[in-house]
This record gives sequence, structure tokens and C-alpha cells, in this order.
Amino acid sequence: MKIWVSGVAVLGPGLPGWAASEAVLAGTQPWAQADAVAPPPAILPATERRRTGQTVRFALAAASEATEGVTDRTALETVFASANGDGMTVGGILDAMHTPEGAISPTQFHNSVHNAAAGYWHIAIGSTAPSVSLGGHDGVFGAGLLAAGTAVAARGAGVLLCAYDTPLPEPLAACRPTAFGFATALVLRPVPEGARALLELRHVASPPLDEFAPDGLDALPRGNAVARALPLLRALAGRREATVRLMLTPRSHLECRVTPC
Amino acid sequence: MSGMWPLAIGARSVVTAFGLGTEALRAALRERRTGLAPCAFPGAPEGIWAGEVPGLEDATPPPELAAYDCRNNRIAELALRADSFAEAVARARETYGADRIAVVVGTSTAGIEATERAYARRDAGAAGLPADFNYSHTHDLFALPGYLAARLGLNGPALAVSTACTSGARAVMEAAALISAGVVDAALAGGVDSLCRLTLHGFNSLELLSRGACRPCAGDRDGIVIGEAAGLLLLEKPERAAPGSVLLLGGGASSDGHHMSSPHPDGLGAVGAMRAALSAAGLGVGDIDYINLHGTGTRANDAMEDRAVHHLFGDAVPCSSTKGWTGHTLGASGAIEAVIASLCVEEGLVPGCLNVAAPDPEFRADVAAGGNRAKPVRRVLSNSFGFGGSNCALVVGRAA
Repeated sequence: MKIWVSGVAVLGPGLPGWAASEAVLAGTQPWAQADAVAPPPAILPATERRRTGQTVRFALAAASEATEGVTDRTALETVFASANGDGMTVGGILDAMHTPEGAISPTQFHNSVHNAAAGYWHIAIGSTAPSVSLGGHDGVFGAGLLAAGTAVAARGAGVLLCAYDTPLPEPLAACRPTAFGFATALVLRPVPEGARALLELRHVASPPLDEFAPDGLDALPRGNAVARALPLLRALAGRREATVRLMLTPRSHLECRVTPC
Repeated sequence: MSGMWPLAIGARSVVTAFGLGTEALRAALRERRTGLAPCAFPGAPEGIWAGEVPGLEDATPPPELAAYDCRNNRIAELALRADSFAEAVARARETYGADRIAVVVGTSTAGIEATERAYARRDAGAAGLPADFNYSHTHDLFALPGYLAARLGLNGPALAVSTACTSGARAVMEAAALISAGVVDAALAGGVDSLCRLTLHGFNSLELLSRGACRPCAGDRDGIVIGEAAGLLLLEKPERAAPGSVLLLGGGASSDGHHMSSPHPDGLGAVGAMRAALSAAGLGVGDIDYINLHGTGTRANDAMEDRAVHHLFGDAVPCSSTKGWTGHTLGASGAIEAVIASLCVEEGLVPGCLNVAAPDPEFRADVAAGGNRAKPVRRVLSNSFGFGGSNCALVVGRAA
């Protein structure tokens, strides 16, 4: 499958947005650890904005940055990919259900669905375009890119891919450690006009290379499944050719050949 | 793009409140028997009903996959045993190779019921969950496709779709796209969802649960009965279809962009999804013989859906909800209703809403109620809508 990347976004430790991180990702400036905090989403009305937690904020921050200046933003199909979903909300419900007299709030319940972030995005920008939300455990970014690439290839659609994960609360955190929040987003199209790079995707039924640097920027995938996107983001920032292997499952991966435009 | 459709349904399987298999569901549809009963699920809200799958105690995974054991994967396991589905997948694996078959399945809550149990059995004062609780193989959304792929020895792409109550239908669309894009030759697609306290208490907090058997489209309908189910389809390229078999003719989706848990009152999103499905199938409204509604039984959904259906079809096409049989099986509903749609084509059947003598007098679409109608049914439009403003519609039936 051949697809073209135009918009791109990132938000993670020491990566406060694409524009501010491009040189770091390209390797021309050093990376320095700094906590990433997602801002309240300016695109939502004030009442909704206050209620959003970090998960939705990470997702909407990345989706907003990748689509900045995109004139057909509301026409883009969307793929939202997250292994953990809104763990703070799900964890809050589990806590409430196991507390005497604990009660679930209706808002908490509708925010617990895995497609909540996608729902807020489409509400915020007034988009009626199709949307799919995916899980995928450690292969979640590869799964999202595969589904987004497939939508581009099969339907000729322009697609916003938004991948995001944030830490779960205890006691779930001990079962599924996630060290920090991380989000990335890409605008993908079937045509090269205005593109930054060409991506050629291929499913490969062999295990992914699952080794990461011990520390520094390239160690981030150890702390968050979505940060497995980093090799792709680094190739895009450095505007260099690369073949990136993204985990899908423990037994398969997505080969992604990057060619700058 | 029209090149995506149709797809052959090489095999199908359902597990519902009627137990294993398509034939049990077919008989219940014909005989107008409900699978709903007062809810016996431990820790459920008082006074509600449910569509519980029987026989889960005997549905443990094979020993080498014991880590995946949870209520959701037990229902998935039953779906592999039903309708000779695992055997059909094994044959497909021989034909295409394990790398060329995708697993694309939807679920809203996967095995979170195992997490609920883990919370409940924590030692007094202990902060952590019991050591034998396996998050990644039960609670995590990927536990469902992970289990199915491991159990069937498949190594194509595996996707966990979770778009609330459209998950099963949306998974079918994603699977079709993977085949169309040439990533795979076939796909196991569908949805599995299982009873859990989070869902039951969540819908209860929204005051959306019926206090008896649900009565979709009735004037005095009082809400949803939650069910659990699995629906699986083996999708293949159309040239593989058995002569005269029912095909998956198209699918379409939309977003409401309106509210997280209330549908757009005029059903704009529903209209968009139905239009997209018809367009994908290359069909017009006159080509549809029956519409299987999302029809949850809530005041808001059914009224919205009546407006949306009437907007496109007027009162020319009979429609009904089959949730009076199965309950609302959430992320499985779109998949089992695709199977129901195929049964309606095979049987020449329009199943009138169960437990409903006459439709809401305010409704303007042709809602079938009071009994089943016998008529030739060549093509069925099947609707699914969900929280987050997610809408999806599939078209199932005979080729033109």
C-alpha cells in the first residue's frame, strides 16, 4: 500500500509538539527529558473542556496539531488508536463499583467507551466523517497505521490517524505499566500533493524487532506503546529514507518504507 | 469505492441467549421466542432483565491458552465450536495460508469482567490485584483478536475494533477494507461482548434499562435489555461464494459529531451511515426489502431511527428490531444482526418486533410488530449506532 503523509504531530516527554520537536527528532538538537502535559482542548466548548481528562487531551492535542491549516479537516475519516483507552475513567468506575455505596455517574460511563476521544474530536470540529477506534496492546500504533493506510488504499479516503496512550491508575497500572502520556497524529492521503513523505506499508508475518535503546529519546517506546512510532517520526523529521518496522502482534509487524517528498 | 464489495460469507457463527449456533437463532426467530429473562448475573442492578449466554462453564480455552480465560473469550470459544466455524477457518487456512487471513473483531469491554472479579477478590487492605489476574489476556481489548488468532493458528493482521455498540458492524467494514486493499485474502470478522457490571451499572446510571423484556418501537417502550453474544463471519472474495449464497453487499459509516451519548435527534448520522452503505453496495432505497433496526428500545434511539428510516425510505420498506429476541448485545450486535439479516433472506422473513402488539403511533416508518411477516427478502439493511456518535450500516443479501 502506498500512502502519503502530510500533517504530523507529536506530544510526549521532551517533545512538546511537532514544530518544537522537529530538530530534536531529526537529531540536530539534543533531547532532554521533560514531563509532557496536554493542555485543555481549546476546540471544545468550555463546559466540555473542563471535564476532559489527560487521555482525551493528549488525543485532541495531537489531532489538532496534525490538522492545523488542513482545509478539509471535517472531511477526513479518522482512525483513533489507543491500547489503554481512558484508564482514569475506567479505573474510576471500577473503584466506584467496589466501594460501598459507590455509584457510577452517567458522564463517567459514556466517557469510558474506547471511542470517547474520537467522539469528542468529531463533536469539536463538527465532523460527520466515518471514524474507527482501535485497541492493540503493544502493537497499537502499527495497528492504527495499518487500518488508516487500508482506509486510504481501499476507499481513496483522506484519513487522520491519531494514536495516544496515557498511564492507567493503580491498581491497573501495576498490571499494565505505562510510564508517561504520548500521542502522535498523521494526516494520510492517496495523492502526493502537499505531502512530506511517501509511506509504503506491508504486513510481515514475522516477529517485530523488539529492542530499544537503554535511555534517551529512543528509549521512550519502553514507557508507552504509542511511542513505538518514534522511528517513523524521526525519519519524517529528518526527511530521510528509512525502513521502519512497527509491531502489530508478538508474531507480526508492519514494514513501513519512508521516502521523503 | 465499489471495488470493495460484495464479499462472500464463507462461514458464519453465532452464540446468543439461545445458545450455540445459527439454527437455534433461526428457530427462535421463526417461533417468536425470546431469549431474555430476569437477570441472574451476580452484582447486577436490581430488577433488570438480560440475554445471558448459557453453557459458559464448559467453554474454557484449551490448556495452552488458559491465560486468555475470561467470560468474553469463553463466548468467543463457543462461537468457534458453533456452526463448524473453527473447521471452516481451518479449511480457509489451508487454502490461503495463515499469514493471509486477518482477524478483525469488535468488542466494547473485552474481558473487563475478569478485572471486576479481580477487584472483588482483593485481600482486605491489599492495594494490588491478585497475582493470577492476567490483564493483557483478558481486560485488554486486544485479548479478543489475540485469543482468536492464537486458537485458530492465524498470523495475518489482527485488529481490535472498539466503537461502542457499532464495534461488530464496524469490524466487518475494516475486514472488508483489508481484503480490498490486498493485505489479506480472507478475514474472520465480527464481534463479541459479554455481561459485566460496568456495562449494566453504566446503562442503569443513564436510566436506560428496561424493567422487563425490552419492547423496541413500542409506544410505551422503557429501555434496553443488555445481552451478550458472539457473531463471526468468514469473509472471502466474491468469486469464492457458493452459488446462491447470501453475500455481504456493502457497508457504510458516519459520525454524529453531536453528543457523546445522545443521538442526533433527527438521525442525521444514521441517515449518513445508511446512505453510505447503500452507495457502497451500488444500491438504491428501492433495492432494500427489510431494515433490521438498531432498535435498542430506548425512547431516544427508536424515535431517532424511525425519523432517519422514514427520511430515506418513507413507509415503503418494512423494518423491525430483533433485540426483543437477543437483547442489545453491544459490540456483538452488528455482527449477530448481519447473521440475522442473512437468515431473513434465506427464510423470506420479516421478524416483527417481539413483545410489541403495535408500533409507537408516532412512528412513520413501516415498523413490523405483532407477528412475523412472510415475504421475499433479497436484501437487508442492518443498522448499528453507538456512544461517541458512531454509526454503521451493512447491506446483506443476494447479488443484483
